[in-house]
Amino acid sequence: MNFDSFAEFIAMGGYGLYVWLSFGVSFSVMLLLVIAGWYERKILDKEIRQEAYRQQRIQVARTQAAQRKDTV
Amino acid sequence: MFMWLHQYAKTEAAYSLCNRLIPWFAAISMGCLVTGTVWGLLFAPSDYQQGDAFRIIYIHVPAAMLSMSTYIAMAVAALVGLVWQWRTAFMAMIAIAPVGAAVTFIALFTGAAWGKPMWGAWWVWDARLTSELILLFLYCGVIALYCAFDDKQQAGKAAGVMALVGVVNVPVIHFSVQWWNTLHQGATITRLDKPAIATQMLWPLLINIVGMAAFIFTISCVRLKNEIIRREQRRPWVQQLVHSNEAKNEL
Repeated sequence: MNFDSFAEFIAMGGYGLYVWLSFGVSFSVMLLLVIAGWYERKILDKEIRQEAYRQQRIQVARTQAAQRKDTV
Repeated sequence: MFMWLHQYAKTEAAYSLCNRLIPWFAAISMGCLVTGTVWGLLFAPSDYQQGDAFRIIYIHVPAAMLSMSTYIAMAVAALVGLVWQWRTAFMAMIAIAPVGAAVTFIALFTGAAWGKPMWGAWWVWDARLTSELILLFLYCGVIALYCAFDDKQQAGKAAGVMALVGVVNVPVIHFSVQWWNTLHQGATITRLDKPAIATQMLWPLLINIVGMAAFIFTISCVRLKNEIIRREQRRPWVQQLVHSNEAKNEL
């Protein structure tokens, strides 16, 4: 352990602001990448499913319309 | 020689390869980054000149080194896409680009935060800094060009050519500290020489480089999976996958 106390660790020999700024921003950006990747997939899955249901509904409507034409 | 690679031109094969690799690389990345960062921040001795400000090295050097390696990886993907006409390679290229841009940003930002206490300025128009900034612009250019086309195969080709042309910047960044008079210090670790850093300081750095590399690889795989799903959404295997995912979520 290079530091004697927690306060010393935070102070980083007077360079605390720069050290913690660097590490904070870096890990925030990395976390953002992780979240963005996960969220993008969630949205994609949802969109693809919605599109599949839409196609299904169109198909059903078409067959129903065709049946009505037959009965008239 | 590279024939084994050709099976991964199929998006389905590439997707399942990503799935298999992600857990391993995510674990390596987490393990190494936590170990390296804690070791670097808490246990590594202070620098005799820079005091504790030198600890920024543990994030700055991995990010700066890997921003170049990531660019090379992206350019190789672009080359494969252009030469072998692989759609999957262009998908890999565009999956890597934003990750590389983020890593380049980290390198620039931590460099600025290190420059302020050591040089007295957040930014100087120095050869190393400027060429690294150009690298960020190249990443952004590749992304912007890819987004400008509706036909994604065309987009891949255009952005791929740009990625390849930009490779010329990588050796410029690497040798900038030797070719020009610069404020930026020389290389800390080189392949040929003994590293210019004490062993207790070196280990956390190496561990963080491995961790950062694994992180970049993991996120690139995740993004490649997303890109494959987006581009292949009409394929039966993707439809099946998405609907089985839904069934899993409902349980």
